[in-house]
Amino acid sequence: MLIDILFWALAVVAVASGATVFAVDSMARATYALAISFIAVGIMLVIVGLEYIGIITILMMVMEMAIMVVYMVMYMGMNPALMPMDMTHNKRGSAVLAVGTFVLLAAGALLIPWPARVGAPAADLTASLGHAIMGPKMLAMLTISPVLFATIIAGLVIANPRGRYDRWGDDLKRRPPTDPMRGGLGR
Amino acid sequence: MTEPIVQVSPAWAVLAPLALLLFALAGAGLNGALVARSVGRPFRSGASAPLAQVARLLRQRRQVTVAADVLLWRIGAGGLVVVAILKILVIPLGPWTLADLDVGVVWFNTMDVMIWALFWLIGWGANSAHALVGGYRFLSLAVSYELPLMFALITPAVAARSLRVGDVVAAQQNLWFVIWMPVAFVIFCGSVIAFSSWGPYATAVGRDIAGGFLTDVSGVDRLLILTGRYAVLTAGAAFAVPLFLGGGGGPLLPDWLWTLGKTALVLATFVAIRHRVPTIRPDRFAEVAWIIVLPAALLQVLVVAIIVVGS
Repeated sequence: MLIDILFWALAVVAVASGATVFAVDSMARATYALAISFIAVGIMLVIVGLEYIGIITILMMVMEMAIMVVYMVMYMGMNPALMPMDMTHNKRGSAVLAVGTFVLLAAGALLIPWPARVGAPAADLTASLGHAIMGPKMLAMLTISPVLFATIIAGLVIANPRGRYDRWGDDLKRRPPTDPMRGGLGR
Repeated sequence: MTEPIVQVSPAWAVLAPLALLLFALAGAGLNGALVARSVGRPFRSGASAPLAQVARLLRQRRQVTVAADVLLWRIGAGGLVVVAILKILVIPLGPWTLADLDVGVVWFNTMDVMIWALFWLIGWGANSAHALVGGYRFLSLAVSYELPLMFALITPAVAARSLRVGDVVAAQQNLWFVIWMPVAFVIFCGSVIAFSSWGPYATAVGRDIAGGFLTDVSGVDRLLILTGRYAVLTAGAAFAVPLFLGGGGGPLLPDWLWTLGKTALVLATFVAIRHRVPTIRPDRFAEVAWIIVLPAALLQVLVVAIIVVGS
């Protein structure tokens, strides 16, 4: 009973702070309102028994918001603390999209004939999640992960404006390398 | 001889913050004493300096800057102590723990990520240039220390095959983890000092930017932030005990006393380091952290994983 009340209270907090993101007039407040929403969702995941996923959601999202706020402020090119700003644009279009998506998802959740539960949850959910991912799907993981990894590396190499030829010259002999920042290793 | 870890009644949670604050005060006292010694004042006047500071800050009037974001500022100032208390929930005191979480190690990690947000919010809230520079400096340092810290936290968990802090302690019955994962231990300690914005990593409150995110905080806010810094440093020192130093294991004395003793020792080391090591610039440290420290942490995990799988 108490858990139910807590769950619903957190649900309200999650939705309300999510809505706050668009109501406040500062980038910092908007970002951290979103962080509160994610924290509430993380605690809800813990309540339904997904401890690892719930806590890792909080970890990743707070970290992400702490970095995101830097970019939000940077891209705005002004000091939103001194200059209040509106967080919304294209109001009618986004309202139509939001309401439409909500109605679609809510109708789906209510109208689908949900199957009855088969079997019982494992004693150690984290371990069984690991087995589920790394056990029978190992071949898929082994195939996909080198591709994903190569994509990341390739993306970095293409995007990197300061590769080793830029730093050490065409014959890689320039010492010390030309870096925008002094210090660090090797100089 | 370590006893199995049991979860105690939540009523004991009242005592945990008290113990944490006492340790934090002792840490501040030690720092005061070391400062006093270095300038040639009597030892005792330095050790009692934190108490005078508390009394002074409690009576000091709050100064507010123009167009400050007071809400975010207060959240940042008050949050540090809360985060430190949440951290120690999963740390067993001898055989007793307040929250025997399945994922205690990840819980600790999540709480130290909260500090990213809090320090930045303190810097942001004041709406002043120096404070904001301090907040950004902390984030740039955080990007350097956090990944090595994550791998340093995971290393004992890999060896114990569990993210539960109690299991990590139990896995050290015969051999403390600090013996065969020293690299992870050193990285963990360095990261604790970094996330407390302390000692060589205290550039976010550096003198060159007029005190960084502490520039404009006064009165009870300043008290909460200074207490919070000592509290997260203490919580980090306390977490080193179950993670690397065998928890409550030790001869003769009861387990809980060993935990407290080891925590005090680690905390004293952390505090003393401030007076021994020069400041490290976050912009220069980034390259060192990503090119040397992170691979070292990964190699440590690899070595430990090979030993665990092989045994």
